[in-house]
Amino acid sequence: MTAVQTPPAEKAPGLGPAGWLRWGWRTLTSMRTALILLFLLALASIPGSLLPQRGVEPDKVAQLYESNPALAEWYDRLFLFDVFASPWFAAVYLLLFTSLIGCIVPRTVTFARELRRRPPAAPRHLSRLPHHAELPGELTVEEAARRLRRMRFRVVTGDGWVSAEKGYLREAGNLVFHISLLGLLVAVAVGSLFGYRGNVLVVEGDGFANTVAAYDQFTPGRLVDAQSLEPFWFTLKDFRATYSTRGQELDYSAFLRVDDRRDYELKVNEPLDVGGTQTYLIGHGYAPVVKVTDGKGQVVVDRAVPCLITVRATLLSDCVVKAPDARPSQLGLYLAFAPTRDGHGGSRFPAPLAPELRLMAAFTGDLGTRSGVPQSVYQIAPPEIMAKLDRIFMGSHPLKVGDSFDLPGGAGKIEFTGVKEWITLQIAYDPGRVPALVSAALAVAGIVGSLMIRRRRVFVRVAGGTAEAGGLTRTEGSAAGFAEEFADIVRVLSTRVQSNGDRDVR
Amino acid sequence: MSADQLAGLSDTLIVVAVFAYLLAMIGFALELAFGRSRAEVKAPEAKVGVGGGGSRVEESGPEPPAWAPTAGRAALALAWLGWAANLAAIVLRGLAVGRWPWGNMYEFVVAICLAATTAFLVAQTRSNVRFLGAFVMIAVVLGLGFSVRFLYTQAGPVVPALNSYWIAIHVTAAILATGLFVVGAVAGILSLVRGEGPSRLPLRADLERIAHRAIVLAFPVWTFAVIAGAMWADKAWGRYWGWDPKEVWSFITWVAYAAYLHARVTAGWRGRSTTIVQLLAFGCLLFNLIGVNIFLDGLHSYAGVE
Ligand code: HEM
Repeated sequence: MTAVQTPPAEKAPGLGPAGWLRWGWRTLTSMRTALILLFLLALASIPGSLLPQRGVEPDKVAQLYESNPALAEWYDRLFLFDVFASPWFAAVYLLLFTSLIGCIVPRTVTFARELRRRPPAAPRHLSRLPHHAELPGELTVEEAARRLRRMRFRVVTGDGWVSAEKGYLREAGNLVFHISLLGLLVAVAVGSLFGYRGNVLVVEGDGFANTVAAYDQFTPGRLVDAQSLEPFWFTLKDFRATYSTRGQELDYSAFLRVDDRRDYELKVNEPLDVGGTQTYLIGHGYAPVVKVTDGKGQVVVDRAVPCLITVRATLLSDCVVKAPDARPSQLGLYLAFAPTRDGHGGSRFPAPLAPELRLMAAFTGDLGTRSGVPQSVYQIAPPEIMAKLDRIFMGSHPLKVGDSFDLPGGAGKIEFTGVKEWITLQIAYDPGRVPALVSAALAVAGIVGSLMIRRRRVFVRVAGGTAEAGGLTRTEGSAAGFAEEFADIVRVLSTRVQSNGDRDVR
Repeated sequence: MSADQLAGLSDTLIVVAVFAYLLAMIGFALELAFGRSRAEVKAPEAKVGVGGGGSRVEESGPEPPAWAPTAGRAALALAWLGWAANLAAIVLRGLAVGRWPWGNMYEFVVAICLAATTAFLVAQTRSNVRFLGAFVMIAVVLGLGFSVRFLYTQAGPVVPALNSYWIAIHVTAAILATGLFVVGAVAGILSLVRGEGPSRLPLRADLERIAHRAIVLAFPVWTFAVIAGAMWADKAWGRYWGWDPKEVWSFITWVAYAAYLHARVTAGWRGRSTTIVQLLAFGCLLFNLIGVNIFLDGLHSYAGVE
């Protein structure tokens, strides 16, 4: 249905509060306002793609704060780092959706009424309609009605005329589409209130249990509490990646044992689903197994150390080992890991063909780990503490698996005993995802109906041995298609009735 | 044939396609320049002999040379030839790499050019739209030339995240929709360029109708592509929507085309202004395709350029 809505009434002032309210509502729900709000919504999203967003790239936001604090401050004041959670963005889409409701409700009522209404009587002069044709004279009203019904028209007949209409699904599709958009918004809102998302790094052989404390990073929705997390656990038994001979990553899998009961091969694009909580494999890297013996001969570290990737293509990585229990003095080490050594401190290939760990620097002194301030595991200490440490080694000493190296000054010994791999996981629960999918699917179905179906009427008049047909469509832009359809209908109506009353249509 | 040979043949066929399209463009342009002013182009209603769709005959100017329509038909044959080469190039590349052949920008743009040409050629089989030919051909020649010159990527495997049947669903839909939007934009630009007076181009209202047709077909497909993308993101990244730059610009494009559809039914928004909305939306689509991959980095960057 081509619902061209009349522009809102011009006469606004002097109406009293109720009048103003009505005028405001009419303006808000007018097509023109909807159009403007759609534009505003598109415009409002642009900064969200040009500036880093806190929810997506928090580190880039931090960088901007460092490089230009005054500007970043202003950006922040205008919510430009949180565009899609900002009050002004919300204002635009809430207005749009209010407008949408104001549009849907009356149209649904009209549509319901229209569904029950019979097609109107045929106009007197069919030749004035946009489509018109002469029919064979022996056609009767009953026969025309029968044939039109067979073509799934809704038909009424009168004295010497037939009126037929179809294409009601167009308006239905349009309503379904617009209502589904509301459904989508609600689903997204439910997801952000009751859902949560967390990241965790797991090394081969280690496990994970779904509790808030087990996450490296956890972002709960506003209405999530710690008890509502789906209880499950798993261990990472093995991780395998394959690479092309040129070193391009082809495939990788993490082999999990879930709840001590079942095995699951976790891959990209194939998350683990436990009661609606999804576990995704989002990255992987190396964790060399390092053994550190302190100056007194005690083993103070003997574990896999997850390293941060510095060169994506070859998985050259940086690692940090902290030994707060070392005596006589605490130890901190910087290491570099190459899965396939190239002989110059770099990595030649991403698979662990000839792993090499290099000791880059070693420090002794108070690492500040007991101060209670949380520290990153990827740096030895914050800069102000680093400045007070003693650097006892600086260089690049290579170690193969099984090699060890005595730190200068009897501070201790480091030994490279093996290689493990780590994976990063994202674990997410979003109760809105299925409703969102259903709404989206309905929206597509609705929009197809709304755009592809045309509403059209066909009339037939029979009088005094002549018969004629007229047709019109109320859908703009589809006149061409209707001309073809009208020609088909005329052909069906013109086919001579065979003796048994049945005939072949085409 | 080995994979390398297949890939090499595919590259050659792209060059063939570019030349065929280029010649087709010249042919279409000759017909347009020397053919008669829009006499034969009737209102679409007139295609079927029934009903009162008026054919507007507005012949003017001198009798055109007889070869003009021949140039047009030759151009059409060349366009089909280019289309076949374009299709073959894509199929061979798919065989060479053993996956869906739209895993990077180069392959993606090549496929869009095929989709746009297909949209034009299919429309041509239903009614005479040869006047669009020259302009659709310019668009695909530029598209293919750009992708060969700036986006070319050696045939090879893709990162594991792209190795999924979702690429068949999501990217194919995006390609189809984009091809149709290209045709819509070409018709839209022509309707803006065309003045009110007699011209070798069809009436402005007819051009706008063609644009509207293309967009009405493309819009649901685009909607589906965006939704399929969200479903893939749900599988691959653990959220169906995260305002990644590509997602933001798909959304903007979608809203802009929805605005165009609303503008068409809003009183006082006919004609030029709706076409401008349409072209703005197309600008968003192009930016999403090229700008986002090159200038903004996000999760989609791996689909990109080296
Ligand atoms: C979230 C915002 C909205 C979106 C994304 C949206 C999208 C669409 C789309 C894609 C169509 C195309 C279908 C067609 O042309 O038949 C459409 C049609 C339509 N929309 Fe919306 N819409 C929105 C809000 C609104 C609002 C607020 C109104 C009421 C003022 C409205 C009224 C209409 C009407 C009347 C049509 C039918 C056009 C026709 O009869 O052909 N829409 N909408």
